[in-house]
Amino acid sequence: MSSTTRRRSYGVKGAPYAFLLPATLLFALFFALPIGYAAYLSFRKVHVSGLGLGSGARKEVWAGLENYSDALTDSELLHGALRVLGYGCIVVPVMLGLALLFALMLDSERVRLAPFTRLAIFLPYAIPGVVAALMWGFLYLPDVSPFYYVLEKLNLPQPNLLDGGPLYLAMANIAVWGGTGFNMIVIYTSLKSIPAEVYEAAKLDGATPLQIALRIKIPMVAPSLVLTFFFSIIATLQVFNEPTTLKPLTNSLPLTWSPLMTVYQDAFRKGDIYQAAAEAVIIAVATLVLSFGFLRAANRRQKQEAAR
Amino acid sequence: MPNTKRSRLVACTIAVALGATALAACGSSDSDSKAESGPVSLTYWTWTPGMDKVVDLWNKGPGKKDQITVTVKKQASGDTLVTKILTAHKAKTAPDLVQAEYQALPTLVSNDALADISKQVGDAKSDFAEGVWQQTTLGTDAVYAVPQDIGPMMFYYRADLFKKYGLKVPTTWDEFAETARALKKKAPDKDLTTFSANDSGLFAGLAQQAGAKWWTTSGDKWKVGINDAATKKVADFWGGLVKEGAIDNQPMYTPSWNKALNTGKQIAWVSAVWAPGTLTTAAPDTKGKWAMAPLPQWSAGENVTGSWGGSSTAVTSDSAHKEAAAKFAAWLNTDGTALQALAKESGIYPAATNAQTSGAFATPPAYFSNQSDFYTKAAEIAKTTAPSAWGPNVNVAYTTFNDAFGAAAKNKSDFTAALDKMQDATVADLKKQGFEVAQ
Repeated sequence: MSSTTRRRSYGVKGAPYAFLLPATLLFALFFALPIGYAAYLSFRKVHVSGLGLGSGARKEVWAGLENYSDALTDSELLHGALRVLGYGCIVVPVMLGLALLFALMLDSERVRLAPFTRLAIFLPYAIPGVVAALMWGFLYLPDVSPFYYVLEKLNLPQPNLLDGGPLYLAMANIAVWGGTGFNMIVIYTSLKSIPAEVYEAAKLDGATPLQIALRIKIPMVAPSLVLTFFFSIIATLQVFNEPTTLKPLTNSLPLTWSPLMTVYQDAFRKGDIYQAAAEAVIIAVATLVLSFGFLRAANRRQKQEAAR
Repeated sequence: MPNTKRSRLVACTIAVALGATALAACGSSDSDSKAESGPVSLTYWTWTPGMDKVVDLWNKGPGKKDQITVTVKKQASGDTLVTKILTAHKAKTAPDLVQAEYQALPTLVSNDALADISKQVGDAKSDFAEGVWQQTTLGTDAVYAVPQDIGPMMFYYRADLFKKYGLKVPTTWDEFAETARALKKKAPDKDLTTFSANDSGLFAGLAQQAGAKWWTTSGDKWKVGINDAATKKVADFWGGLVKEGAIDNQPMYTPSWNKALNTGKQIAWVSAVWAPGTLTTAAPDTKGKWAMAPLPQWSAGENVTGSWGGSSTAVTSDSAHKEAAAKFAAWLNTDGTALQALAKESGIYPAATNAQTSGAFATPPAYFSNQSDFYTKAAEIAKTTAPSAWGPNVNVAYTTFNDAFGAAAKNKSDFTAALDKMQDATVADLKKQGFEVAQ
């Protein structure tokens, strides 16, 4: 073993490391280091002595697990997580269902104006989240919304979309509107990569377009569905723009509506970055566990099906 | 969608990491020279519009003589800037001068971000009302800022609609409640005003008028009195009006609110001296139809108001040229030319008492052209401002107010419970930071 390595020149042996260096360096500087710093901060806190008005009255000290125990016993963080869970239960199925439906329709043979329709469905994804939330927020406000004007003229009931249960629908609507296009493109792309022979064989066997869609297309794009589901879970857990933008328009949205909003509030409104760091770490761990848990479960099922 | 969120997170992380370097680049304390002679350049973080034009006057006039050049860096207002100053201060790269709201001063001082400039600006004390000046000293011998503008609170109402519905301008809060009820009877789809939970400053000002002292010190301990009798009275009053439906409960500053003011669905607004500016953009169609009156009082014959807003100019502890910076801060807020320019370019209402009746305030704001004595009245009202008592975690109290009172207004439930929540959160935060809290 050692004789073979000795025969190689040093330069060749070092080459892989040299190629790895830029990526490793960037990863360490801009990813590992900030995360490490956040983790460090989560174990610290300030300690003030006296009235805290002179210089040197404020010290940073070790907090142990205090920030974590505070975060885990904070009912607002838990409620925020539950609210987001409810919101995700609407967003993810509706968004992916619509994305799959649109992708299958675009992929069917009888579709007209496919490029235009594809673009039209995808376009909302190109609108920045804050702009989308603002626009929908204005549409939800009864006093300025054209929808409410029409409802009033037609003497129809005018639901308050910025309160209680409808608020979840209103918020989910923004996410579905913005996210369907992206997921549709992912699914559509993988539909396009299915070889034509498969469809030919199915048609020769007398399969209807519906049967082709259900029995061939959907199972064959399953990996893309898993992927989009995975992305959607992460995006849902990180929801921040939409509730933050809608917040000033209604009394029904607390500043701690979603877990990320709680982090923002603690870091930038209350000025307690230590508490915020601990919450961020908890959310990151929960996101990792949930999303990778889902990926593992999905992979196991696929393997089982392949074994059959 | 997930993709962008993820890359945004990465971008944010990078931005945070780069922050230290970027801030170091922005920081101005570049010279190590201890001597105050020779040219000095200062950086000033402010959100006041038109400040660059006022600073130009300094750079071309007194600043040129003293070789002190000030550069304005426009910032976001209020709490956002406090966070930014504290972050920069952590890296020891805060700018020389910052604009800070009065209620933020204890937070900044408690973080050791502001310099004591009592030696340089102590003489300016006589230019300001005592209650205003006291906010910059925090009751100590030090002076941490020079007052810039103030926001004495007033009552604004649609003069034409008050006449139409036969309403009298309320002079006490009881009359205010009666006016709200009378309007509801005459025009059920109209509201006198709304109770909004999205600006804590309004509620703090109302409590201040009632005589509340939210933060006081006794010895080495802080005492928090957010749920004291005076504030409870204010909370109960507004909670009662919301509960019986005499006024609206929707937040201010929304498109709906603008429309309500612009179409006369809401016919009054408890606000401060800067209201003309807000009304100009919120309710452009009703220009000239509004009038201003003193805030209703808790008992007839009294003459007290609270303040909502207002800010000061402070010198940071990171500045290498504290003396020069203090000189500029004093000029900006006490010099006649500077105050005249601030009034004209930035539309601020000056804290300096003699400037309140100066040439710039001889004519009423354009929106109130029908009320020729607008600023004479304003100056009189400003004199009646009750003293305020801010503490080191106003931000926590304010944040809790938003949520607790937002929920209470929505559910039309007990405002006192929301007030207790605010008190508890503020005390808990003080204790967590290690402050000693007196019961």
